[in-house]
Order: sequence, then structure tokens, then C-alpha cells
Amino acid sequence: MSKPDDRRAKAARIRHLLETEGDAVEANTAGFNRGRYEAVADLESYEELKGEARGIKEDAIERLPELLEQVTQTVEANGGTVYLADDAADANRYIREIAAEKEADRVVKSKSMTSEELEVNDALEGDGVDVVETDLGEWVLQVADESPSHIVAPAIHRSRAEIARLFNDRFDLEEPLETAEELTMFARERLGEQIREADVGMTGANFITADSGTIMLVTSEGNARKTAVVPDTHVAVAGIEKVVPSVEDLSPFIELIGRSGTGQDITSYISLLTPPVESPTVDIDEPDVAFAEREDDRDFHLVLIDNGRTAMREDDQLRETLYCIRCSACANSCANFQSVGGHAFGGETYSGGIATGWEAGVHGADSVAEFNDLCTGCSRCVNACPVEIDIPWINTVVRDRLNHGVDPDRFEFLYDELVPDEEPSGLDLQKRLFGNYETLAKLGSATAPLANRVAELGPVRSLLERSVGVDSRRPLPAFERETLREWYDERGPRVAASEADREVVLYPDTYTNYVDVDRGKAAVRVLEALDVHVTVPNVGESGRAPLSQGMIATADEQASEVYAALAEHLDAGRDVVVIEPSDLAMFHREYEKLLPERSFERLRDGSYEVLEYVYGCLENGADPAALRAPEKPIAYHSHCQQRTLGLEAYTTAVLEELDADVFESDVECCGMAGSFGYKQEYYELSMDVGDRLRDQFESPTAADRLVLASGTSCEDQLDDLLEREASHPVEAIDPGGGV
Amino acid sequence: MSTESGSLRRRFQDSLADLEVSVSRTEPASFEATLEDVVDDPVVGTPLPFDGVSLPAWVDEEPSPRTLEAATTGVTAASFGIADYGSVVLPSTEDGAEQVSLFPDLHVAVLREADLVPDMPTAIDRLGPALRDGDSAILATGPSATADMGSLVKGAHGPKAVHVVLLEEGGDE
Repeated sequence: MSKPDDRRAKAARIRHLLETEGDAVEANTAGFNRGRYEAVADLESYEELKGEARGIKEDAIERLPELLEQVTQTVEANGGTVYLADDAADANRYIREIAAEKEADRVVKSKSMTSEELEVNDALEGDGVDVVETDLGEWVLQVADESPSHIVAPAIHRSRAEIARLFNDRFDLEEPLETAEELTMFARERLGEQIREADVGMTGANFITADSGTIMLVTSEGNARKTAVVPDTHVAVAGIEKVVPSVEDLSPFIELIGRSGTGQDITSYISLLTPPVESPTVDIDEPDVAFAEREDDRDFHLVLIDNGRTAMREDDQLRETLYCIRCSACANSCANFQSVGGHAFGGETYSGGIATGWEAGVHGADSVAEFNDLCTGCSRCVNACPVEIDIPWINTVVRDRLNHGVDPDRFEFLYDELVPDEEPSGLDLQKRLFGNYETLAKLGSATAPLANRVAELGPVRSLLERSVGVDSRRPLPAFERETLREWYDERGPRVAASEADREVVLYPDTYTNYVDVDRGKAAVRVLEALDVHVTVPNVGESGRAPLSQGMIATADEQASEVYAALAEHLDAGRDVVVIEPSDLAMFHREYEKLLPERSFERLRDGSYEVLEYVYGCLENGADPAALRAPEKPIAYHSHCQQRTLGLEAYTTAVLEELDADVFESDVECCGMAGSFGYKQEYYELSMDVGDRLRDQFESPTAADRLVLASGTSCEDQLDDLLEREASHPVEAIDPGGGV
Repeated sequence: MSTESGSLRRRFQDSLADLEVSVSRTEPASFEATLEDVVDDPVVGTPLPFDGVSLPAWVDEEPSPRTLEAATTGVTAASFGIADYGSVVLPSTEDGAEQVSLFPDLHVAVLREADLVPDMPTAIDRLGPALRDGDSAILATGPSATADMGSLVKGAHGPKAVHVVLLEEGGDE
């Protein structure tokens, strides 16, 4: 996987998708994502609803065995049949038996990702059954023989013109089809006939209520309604995790699912079917018998699929995946997904951020290994998820497991001394390099500027590319000979503790300490200008770098060391101020998984993003005149993880307090994401994501503005994207400097 | 009481306007004339369960697959409406209300103003006992729609348009 040829092949695959599907995927997913922001903004109790939805799923998965027993009894009391299938083969065997028993020539289906997981179409077609997808997007894929690129809108990678070409090519038409209206009406007509002649209708189920045996289907086309009601036999396939206790539990999901997914307040149809339904069938063999006169004997089968889910439920890290309601918010809010879609960011069946959990659970490691790296941990999906799943954490855990699964005999020779014993010695060399960035930075700084010059030499860049896959098109960060801590130790504090309003320990993150020392100096001067006593203690890497490579044991160890180094300061009432948002996000989010609860809470409650802290000082009476007022209008790009923590507004507020005119980007991520944009296989994807930010900052509104970014990666990416240099906001307000 | 139901009605009408769903209000006595204005022939329907209101003779009240296919308009009763969403709750019935509301190009939902509820939790609370009793229902919000062919098109598999006839509360005012 880490061999140069594999990296080049992966880069080529991504390049191909960027060229062929990228534009359509971007237009659609970015549209859904904008729709989500607007739709949830209208919902007064959005956060409460998410909490409620989360609580219902937690409870349901906790009580799953009991609920499965209850739903079986309820459905059977209603006159239906329940089959609990161990795996896909078991489910397919049962469904084939139903088709055979009904002597079915045709099965019509409404869209169901669970049926994609089963590959039930292939199983039925093997028996000579004609299977017809009736969701228009799914039908396009069936005609084109392609797989879904999105879990909700499966054909978003195809433009209208491509669909028109496909239909005109494939069907014998009197007039070529052109408009979306013509294509839709053609499909409606054709599929309508096929539904009328169908023997069995197959649907999925978004939810199943144990108390009533009701299945809830979320659709807009109406094909699921027809599929369920026209033939006399209805088969619903669903994962066992879809069961909730009662009808009343459905309400928050109805309010959240459309808004979170495609940005609709509600889809056209929420079917609440308690099968076998009372509605008569539509029987073309008896066209003149009134519906009211019919005596139908309907048959209903609920096929509940385990296929790895019971094991997921027992796995403390993967369990949360079972709360997923398949809304697609994590795909639409993901910068990488917006560029490549589910054909790259997806496994055998599922796509988007949560796909890592699903694929690891139902298909296993091989399916996940291909795409798991596309989650950069930017965390923009975290607040978008209607059931509050920590999707980046699931991606990290699975990455860690994949690391441990790598053949341990490879690559042990070179980097062993850089990697603590807890990590597998067979770890991918590229991951080891980036995961141990602090070690590299120390070495680079100690030998700067020579190391920088050597690193930029052509032969060294091509060696770096060949051996560890650092893309030679990406400029490398230059290490400073004098670190921030060395500078500070030499200089000492300018505000004595005894005279200070507050005491701060400025966390020297790896990048600020060794590479962008200037922003560290600016932070010290800004805080001192506000009468704050500053110290820069000897504290190491937060664990962000190894965590991003799935090296949880290393991150865990570093978290303990950081906490140990900061605990005394916290006890002494000093505030911890952090410049790099990705490190602050470690303290505020990921440390919950790595530290004891009390330690996590103390550090979280005692640590602040630097501009958040400046804002607090100004609110508490500090004099803004002590700061430099930025001379130019500003184009500001906040950091993905900073936005997830809800902290970007403080930066804007401080800049505006200093009378600056601020234009803020609204892209989800800059595309750099730590080491991601350096990797040879992902460089072009990183730049494609970056293009969206470039477009905003090169627009007439922003073209002449001073570019500021809170994150290290974002600054580097902006430097590469734009003609202008980017700086940290703290440098723009530094009374002793200026940008 | 009437003030509250009046504001519920306005919320419901605002939601319908956002969905581009047309609406008419009528007293039971003027129902036939109101309906005549909104339908396109041929019209099929299922019997309305409301006192003092029934489908006119020109509506085929006992549709079959053949007349359903030929129909342009389907008229059915809604059990209740959800003001926040502009949704109508359509019960599945033995006489085929599900089909009549789904197959023709225009669906006309007939709803009593007294059956408006404010929000989703209230609607679902009201549905709970019925579903536990074996009933089925569709929460229908606007016409059938798809964006799968490159841009939004109404009438993917179901109605291209929806019209709501609101029956005023008889005698209260």
C-alpha cells in the first residue's frame, strides 16, 4: 500500500475521478451542504433534537436484543413474517426463496443501501428474476451498470447531459431526450409499466418501530409508495440497527433526516406503513374490479440483517456507527468528498465519513483500507451529524487497526528509533514520518538552515517522494534555528507576574516552536500588551500528528505527558493559551478519549484559543489601543477544527473591535489538513479542495485583502494557492510587529 | 379557541405557499363548487369521512385500475394537517386512497380546519395509537419530486401538483 507504485496508482485514480466526476459531485454536495445550514438554522430546537435523536439510538442499540424480539412478535401478530439473517448470503437465500415461491418474474425495488450491501440484485438475477430499480437515480446507475457515488443521491456524479446521452444511446427513442423534465417523464412512464407488472416489491426501511411493526420510508419520488402497494408481496430489508422502541420516537428523526441530508425541511413522502397494509393491490389482470371490491391476501416479509452488526454493537469503538441514520451529512460537509465523491471516498457499499465504520463492520479491513485516509480529521462532519457521532474518531480508530494489520516485516530498518514501542514496527513509513513530526522538527531546527537547503535540493525531494511519498510539488516548511522557547528563555517576561492581570502559559505547539516562530513571538507580545504575564513552558507535541496517522498509542502517551506538564500550571490558576487550533482541538475533543475524565475536563476548561483569549481580555476591560489595528481590510480563513469548536467568531470580533473590515471564507476546509496535502497520492485532491478557497480569496471582494488564517496548514496552503502571503491573526494585531 | 385555530391555519397556509401548493377554503355547503374549480377531468376519489360533505356525482368514487390510470385528478381525505410543514396525513384505506392520492397528476387533499395540528411531535403523538392498531399513513408534503435527472422536476412517480381544500369549521363562528 505504501509502495511508490501504489501511491502513483492511487493519485492517478483520484485524478481521473476529479476530471470525470468531480464537477457534478461538487455542485450537488455543496448544494446539499448549503441547504443543510439553511434548513437547520430555521429549526429552533436543532441542538435539542439532535440530543434527543442521539438518546433514542443509544437506548435502542443498548436494548437491541429485546427490541428485535418485540418487533418480531409485533410484525407476526400483524400478519407479516420476520426473518433474522446472519449475513448477506443468508438474507439473499431467504429472498430468493420468496421470489421462487411467488414464481416471480420481476421484482421492483425502491432505493435501499442495505440491499446494495447484500448485492441482492445479483442474487435474484442469477435465478432469472428481472430486478428493476425504480428510484430514478438508482435506475440511471442500473442502466449504466455503475455503483452509487452517494448514499442518498446515488447518481450525483452524472450530469443531466450524461444521463441524456446514456438514455438516447441505450433506448430506442423516437425523439432524443434532452431536458431533466423529459428524462424524468420518460423514466416515470417506463418504470410505471414495470411496477404494474411486478410480482414482488422490495423496499428498505429508514426506521422500524418495535411497538407497532411500522416501517418508515423517507422518499420524494413516490416510487417507494408504489413499490410497497402495487404488488401483493412486499419484502423490506433492513439492518437490525434500524429498530427503535416506539412510533413516538420517530418525530425527531423526521425533523432531522431531510434537513441534515439534502437540506430539505422534509421530503415529499414519509411513509409510515404497518404491513401487511390495508390498501388494495393494483392488479392489471383485473383492471375493472374496483379497489373497494378487492379481497387481497397480502404477504409481507421483514428481513432483518445482522451481517456484522452484533459484533459492531459489542465493539466499544464501532458501536456508535449503529446510531447512523444514513442521512449523508458527513459526506456533504466533507471537503474531500465534495471533490471526489463516493467512488473514491467509499468502500464496497457505503461512502462518506461514516462509511469507515460501516465498511469495517460489515465488509472488513480490505474495503476500508482503500479510502480511510481520505478522512483528514477536519471534524466538519461532527456538528453536522444529527445523532452526534464522533465520525473522525471512528476513522482514527480504524486507521490505527489498519496500521496494526500491516505486515510487520516491512520498513523496520530506518525509523524504529522514532517510533515508540506501542506502535507496530511494520507501520507504513509515510505514516511514521508524519506521525513523528516533532522528532523531525527538532532535528531540522538543530541543523537549520542547512537542513532546509538540503531538503529543498532536487535529489532530496525525489528521494523523499520515492521513499515516503512527500510530493515534490509541495514546498516544505523551513525550520528556524532559534525555537520559540529558546527565544523566550533568552528574553524573559516583560510583564511581571506580580503586576499582571492574569497569568498565561503559552503552549509551544511543534509548528510554532520550530517553524513559524514569528507567530509565537507575536502571541507573546499581544498577551503582554494586555497586561498578561506569559511563560512558554517546556511541553511537547499534543499528539495531533500521530493521531492523524492513526497512531493512537503514541498520541495517548503524548497526551499524558502534555497533561503532566500543564497540570501544575492549571493548579496555580494559570490559563493555557494555544495558537494552533488543531492542538486546541486535541485538548477540547480528542483528549476525552485519551485522558481520565477529570484531567480532560480540567485542561479543556482551562485552555483557550489565542484570539478567544484576547477577546476575553478586551471584554474584561483591557485596552484595545494597546494592540495594533490592522492597516488593511482582511480576508480571514478560520480553521476547520476551530469552527467545529465554535471559536472562529472570537477572531472576527477582535479584528472588528480594532476597526478592521473582515471578509470570512465559508469553505469547510482548506484542503491541506496537516500532512494530507504533502502526500503524493493526495496532493492533487488537496489542491482541488484548495481551489474553492482560492476562488473566494481571489474574488473581487477579497482580492486585495490581507490574508489571515488561524491554522498552520491553512497558512501553508494559502501560501501555495495565492500570490499573497498568509499570516496568523495574532500577527496582524501585534503591537511589536505587523504584517 | 377560534383565534388559535385561525393562527394554526395561517401557519399551515404559509407552509403550503412555500411548497407552491395551492389551497382553497370552503364551507361544507360550497364544497362541490370549490372542488369543481380545482380539478381536471377525469376525476377519481375515495369517499370522504366528514359530516355534511361528500364527493359530487361527477367524481368516480369506486375507481378500478383502469379508471385510476385514466384519471387526471385524485381526491382523498386527509386525517389531519401539520401547520409547521404544510404536510397532510393520508391514511391507507381498503378502498384505495393510497393509490388515488398517488397515481393521477393532481392530488386534491380534503382536510377539516379542525384537524390541523401545530407541529411534528403532536402529529406523531396522534398517529401512535392508530399505527399500533395496524393502520398505515403517509405524511405527504407537496408534490412528488426528484432532482436525479440534473435539476428539480415535479411528478417523478407521483402527483405533479397538490391542492388542499380546507373545510371551514361549520357552525362554530
